[in-house]
Amino acid sequence: MFGNWFGSKWDWQIFCKSNLEDTRYPGCFGADGDITYLQWMISAWGWTLSVALLGLLLALVAGSLVGVARTVPNRALRLFGEAWTELFRNVPLLVQLFLWYFVAPKAIPGLQAVPSIVLVVCALGFFTSARVAEQVKAGIETLPTGQRNAGLAMGLTLSQTYRHVLLPVAFRIVIPPLTSEAMGIIKNSSVAFAVSISELTMFAMQAQEETSHGVEIYLAVTGLYFVSSIVVSRVAVLIERLVRVPGVAGAEAGR
Amino acid sequence: MMATFDFSFFDAHLVSAFILKGLWFSLGLTIIAMVGGIALGTVLALMRLSGRRPLVLLAAVYVDTLRSIPLVMVILWFFLLIPMLIGRPLGTELSAAITFTLFEAAYYSEIMRAGIQSVPRGQMNAGYAVGMTYAQCMQLVVLPQAFRNMLPVLLTQTIILFQDTSLVYAIGAYDLLKGFVSAGQNYNRPMETYIVAAAVYFVICFSLSMMVRRLRKRIQIIR
Repeated sequence: MFGNWFGSKWDWQIFCKSNLEDTRYPGCFGADGDITYLQWMISAWGWTLSVALLGLLLALVAGSLVGVARTVPNRALRLFGEAWTELFRNVPLLVQLFLWYFVAPKAIPGLQAVPSIVLVVCALGFFTSARVAEQVKAGIETLPTGQRNAGLAMGLTLSQTYRHVLLPVAFRIVIPPLTSEAMGIIKNSSVAFAVSISELTMFAMQAQEETSHGVEIYLAVTGLYFVSSIVVSRVAVLIERLVRVPGVAGAEAGR
Repeated sequence: MMATFDFSFFDAHLVSAFILKGLWFSLGLTIIAMVGGIALGTVLALMRLSGRRPLVLLAAVYVDTLRSIPLVMVILWFFLLIPMLIGRPLGTELSAAITFTLFEAAYYSEIMRAGIQSVPRGQMNAGYAVGMTYAQCMQLVVLPQAFRNMLPVLLTQTIILFQDTSLVYAIGAYDLLKGFVSAGQNYNRPMETYIVAAAVYFVICFSLSMMVRRLRKRIQIIR
């Protein structure tokens, strides 16, 4: 039943072919600079993971700063954080991507020479930073106000209070929601197809068109997305376990 | 060299010729997927909480699968599969409507599940005690409360859904974003149209989320 898909036979051998004159390679790896669909897909997976990981890095750094800014006493900083979050949260990712890709290089002279992958990472990273900021802010706000007051009362400066009292606990609390952001950014990296980054979704669209074996191609690509998010969630559980402080909020819930 | 921006070409004609058609599609798609998604999502949530193994498993596999695939891939999957199943090509608009309804159901179902679980068990037992059937308990006692508890979250998800409709770009359906892109191509002013597109999306989503925020406060006072 599964070998037959409404008349047209499934053909997994498609991955051993290259798009040049339908050449088939026995080992599924092309020669003389010619690459098979399998190789193309692996490199596309690499692009997906690179874009997502770099974007996540940017999102964590920017999102943490903005999230902290939203909890400090300084009104201007709080407003800035608020505005940042609303701005990046209320415009669709695809539109933000187009702004970075088509508009930013023309409007900001420094961005002209920048490779397109950086622009995609910026779009993905800043979009996600708004969501990270929201989580970080929520994490800080769940801590009892006594924590902050105690830090300040002991003579720590505000930044010391954040550095040594609030953030160590807040970051541990937000690991689970940040994990789903990390899994989300892998999924969201698929919008990069729209600006022709050769990542998994782009590969799926092009290979589907070239081979008309869409089902096999899509199944493989979907499988790779699955694997990627499972790996991310495993790594997150590992991190959570590694940094756990016994007796501190979240530790009991951490299984 | 800085590019100069000129927005003077935006006039009533451009809006009516390019933008409105896309706006109506995006809004329509959002409403269809919201209504259909919440209905199907509620069924999935009930299945998942039913305690009957096959139903639980079925709902869990459906929800978890869709939630771990990028929406763009889901859009592509349905655009590929539906014609294979029904034997003829289906327009991008209809394909998008089916895809978004089925996809959003997975997300709405998780919200509804949390909502149903937020209603104390005693409510259900009280319903049984006065002689109601399971269906009556759910319909008359639990679901209305669950729905109200979750209303802000459901609406926030709908704002995300509205933003996500821009992803029909992948199959070339004519939505709000496509309207702006086409206008930009026609007037040869792509950059300005992207900026205006972002502004329009921002205004719509920001005002909706402000409304949700106010609703959330009002519900909090009542409870």
